[in-house]
Amino acid sequence: MNLLTSMGALPLLGALLIALLPAANSKLIKQAAFAVSLLVAGVGFAAAFGFDKSVTEFQYVERFAWIPALGINYQLGVDGISLILILLSVILVPIVILAGWNESENGRFSVKTFYVLILILETMMIGVFAATDVFLFYVFFEAMLIPVYFLIGGYGSGERQAAAVKFLLYSLFGGLLMLASIIGLFVISGNQIGRTMDIEALSTLQIDATTQNFLFLGFFIAFAIKAPLWPMHTWLPDAAKSATPGTSVLLLGVLDKVGTFGMIRYCIELFPDASRTFTPLIIVLSVISILYGAFLAIGQKDIKGLIAFTSISHFGFITLGIFAMTSQGHSGATLYMLNHGFSTAALFLVAGWMISRRGSSTIAEFGGLQRVTPIMAWSFFIAGMSSLALPGLSSFVSEFLVLVGTYTRYPVAAVIATFGIILAALYILIPVQKALHGPTTPGNENLPDLNKREIAAIAPVIAVIIFLGFYPKPALDIINPAAIDTISRAGFSDPAPVVGGNK
Amino acid sequence: MIFDSPALEYGALAPLLVIFGAAVIAVIVEAFVSAKLRPALQLAISLGAVILSFAQVLRLRGTQSVTAAVNSVVVDGPVLFMQGTILVLAFFAFLLLADTDAFAAQASAIPGSSEERTALQTGKIQTEIYPLTLFAVGGMMLFPAANDLITLFVALEVLSLPLYLMAGLSRRRRLLSQEAALKYFLLGAYSSAFFLFGAAFLYGYAGDVSLNAIRDAVSGGSNNEAFLLIGMISLSVGLLFKVGAAPFHSWTPDVYQGAPTPVTAFMAAATKVAAFGAMLRIFYVALGGAVWSWKPMLTAVAILTMVVGSVIAIAQRDVKRMLAYSSVAHAGFLLTGVLALSQEGLEASLFYLATYGFSTLGAFALVTLVRDSSGEVTDLNRWVGLAKRSPGVALLFTTFLLSFAGIPLTAGFIGKFTIFTAAYDSGSIAVVVAGVLSSAIAAFFYIRVIVMMFFTDAQDDTVSVTIPSLYTNLTIWIAAIATVVLGVFPTPVLDAIASLAVFVR
Repeated sequence: MNLLTSMGALPLLGALLIALLPAANSKLIKQAAFAVSLLVAGVGFAAAFGFDKSVTEFQYVERFAWIPALGINYQLGVDGISLILILLSVILVPIVILAGWNESENGRFSVKTFYVLILILETMMIGVFAATDVFLFYVFFEAMLIPVYFLIGGYGSGERQAAAVKFLLYSLFGGLLMLASIIGLFVISGNQIGRTMDIEALSTLQIDATTQNFLFLGFFIAFAIKAPLWPMHTWLPDAAKSATPGTSVLLLGVLDKVGTFGMIRYCIELFPDASRTFTPLIIVLSVISILYGAFLAIGQKDIKGLIAFTSISHFGFITLGIFAMTSQGHSGATLYMLNHGFSTAALFLVAGWMISRRGSSTIAEFGGLQRVTPIMAWSFFIAGMSSLALPGLSSFVSEFLVLVGTYTRYPVAAVIATFGIILAALYILIPVQKALHGPTTPGNENLPDLNKREIAAIAPVIAVIIFLGFYPKPALDIINPAAIDTISRAGFSDPAPVVGGNK
Repeated sequence: MIFDSPALEYGALAPLLVIFGAAVIAVIVEAFVSAKLRPALQLAISLGAVILSFAQVLRLRGTQSVTAAVNSVVVDGPVLFMQGTILVLAFFAFLLLADTDAFAAQASAIPGSSEERTALQTGKIQTEIYPLTLFAVGGMMLFPAANDLITLFVALEVLSLPLYLMAGLSRRRRLLSQEAALKYFLLGAYSSAFFLFGAAFLYGYAGDVSLNAIRDAVSGGSNNEAFLLIGMISLSVGLLFKVGAAPFHSWTPDVYQGAPTPVTAFMAAATKVAAFGAMLRIFYVALGGAVWSWKPMLTAVAILTMVVGSVIAIAQRDVKRMLAYSSVAHAGFLLTGVLALSQEGLEASLFYLATYGFSTLGAFALVTLVRDSSGEVTDLNRWVGLAKRSPGVALLFTTFLLSFAGIPLTAGFIGKFTIFTAAYDSGSIAVVVAGVLSSAIAAFFYIRVIVMMFFTDAQDDTVSVTIPSLYTNLTIWIAAIATVVLGVFPTPVLDAIASLAVFVR
């Protein structure tokens, strides 16, 4: 059996297994879920080691006719970009399970249901990145919403139902717009090369400019909601505030990447001309997102809301890198997706522990944690530094690449976006100072520090953040060929460096 | 003067003859067999007739004939597929009907009278629902097969008249039920008049009632266009009423709500198949040449129907009314298949009708299970927290709702995808965009029901879910399995439709 199919099927089989376990034995269920997710991560690493970095074609390709009457295939394959995102997903799932060992306890549904949903979600996440048939991609894209919806609405806190519904409706709305575009592509392919949904075949279609613009918008709006880009972001803070920390990690760390991934794989590859047309607009939206997210993050009193708005700012950087249409921008954006996944995971997980210990998510309620719980405080500190792109931590490399890649084509946008970095220092350092330093807030004196399980969960994340900060080459080696290939196939070339002086 | 006796191909008409024959037998049984034996006997007759008729449909597959009954009944692929679909839906509808406690003991007794009470106490329960349903099934099977306007009208009445009565047979809340029946009858009669009026004008236009003659007259193009337009519009009004398209939809919520739920299930699922079958034949075969005269009108109706159905459904507080408005929205989606006027549009419509029929049947069957001491509970506010008490029912209902909403991996999604593809291909891009946007609106109220069932705590615990009888259980499960399987592996059905779906002219 093909590696990708096995990787995708494993969590589903695991979910089935867990469904058969006795509901009362929640420890066994958790252990089984953790074991399954570790196994999947193992398969993920095997796929990464077997990946041939020198070719740009899809690898681990698999293809079966699924609905031959409509020319739809079950078709999988990965290039560097999708492989990196699949790796991110399979690494984060076991970490989330381990870190949030108890977050399934107080839900509306049983502990068992929580892990069944998480594992189903993992299958969908692998599928959505691995699909190379647009129809199959859409199926995963939409079906993925259901487990997330139940995870937010069933296990979250506060206004969880409203947040879950808001999330679902936003995503469904975008998804349906995309469906209209997919139908358009499908019909056009029928007129030109025979009905197909194969992404590589679709990218050869000749589509007139007006149609291309409309089809592009259908895809782009769906992805911009997912990513989320200003002004389509309003669902994210609510969802992130209400979901459990683990769900938030998967939501912001992986699911939102489907949006930025889709922009690369679908918007640019299928509609290069329309992408060119809309680039200025999207660059403006990205810059607005960067600044807007940063400003609102500064004003946040709620720690989860803070992380949500910093993410909006970071997604602005990712989109900026993608639509700068340079190979550096693309590499940076993809690496940013990976790094943002880890740094958000670290922030959310530590924030989750802080919140569950203190019983409150207001930043002002913490204070002086450095003295009481040094390990937890240091973890939060490093995660925060990664989020503000401190040199030596992973986000710095990607943010730098994005800005360099953007500057060669859109210097003004790059310069304005740089302000985002300054604001990042504010929105991270102020809460760090309030929560970790200063006198210990009364009531916090006896908070317990991280236990062994929690350390085991956060250690690998921090290790990755530091490792990729100093030595991003392994990731970039996988990403670069695919990024360069995407840019050149879309008909862009990197602007030649201008040698100054002799005018 | 010599009269030739008409030549009838009994073999080709067998599916219809079996059903009508069984209906007549059922009437006799109703009159002469004792009340104790009747329910079982009637059910056996009905199910037997449906199975026998279905076997005839299978035997006839591949047959094409226009002369089965002197040019007035057609047998071809689409007709046989629709007849088959109607029969399968009818089979399960009979299983739901077998749960006789939904029906008034004696329809003639005045609601709340002592007569009614004694009839219930002594078990003098009438079973006229079976012959009525059989007649309706027969009419539905004839409707898409009719090849001239007179046969069309006869079929329309044969399918409608029993339905008017059946809508009024509810045992509980009889006044509401009777009001629904009266409303349905009056509006139905009105729309029948429109239909006849249109038929008369089309006769005036073409000089003949047969659909083929009308087609020839349209392509000839030398006759009085005004007659054609008036005829077409009036005929459409009659048909659009039957499918529940806006602005002729106002009967749907009242009738769906008032009618006994098994009847609603049957009516919602099977009538749509029959009415769209007839509509497809009329517009594809007879009026295909005049497409530019009806396409703008039908486009406007389709968009209006989708939007009205989806938007008004949001405000509904009753599950049956909500499903009624959702059926209005689906009528709009189905109209896009008519608009496509292509082989693809026909195939997509047939698939959509089959899948929609199953999901609808299943959804209404589930409604019959949610009860309190006085009968079914259809107030959505009382469905709150259902998942806690009966997760199975809530999950199955969710499956049907997701299919209605067109979420991938359900049959509803494949149906929507194929039918919108056909519409887009034919250039009706505006309809496709309106379709996806109203799907987004519709998703809202489907999801709201899911939220109510899963995420909200119940206020009162008087609502319970009855353990379904074997029959109802079977129906629900088959419908759910069909909804999921057709969503994941639609290929066999799509292939079967593709090999069948050519209108014989």
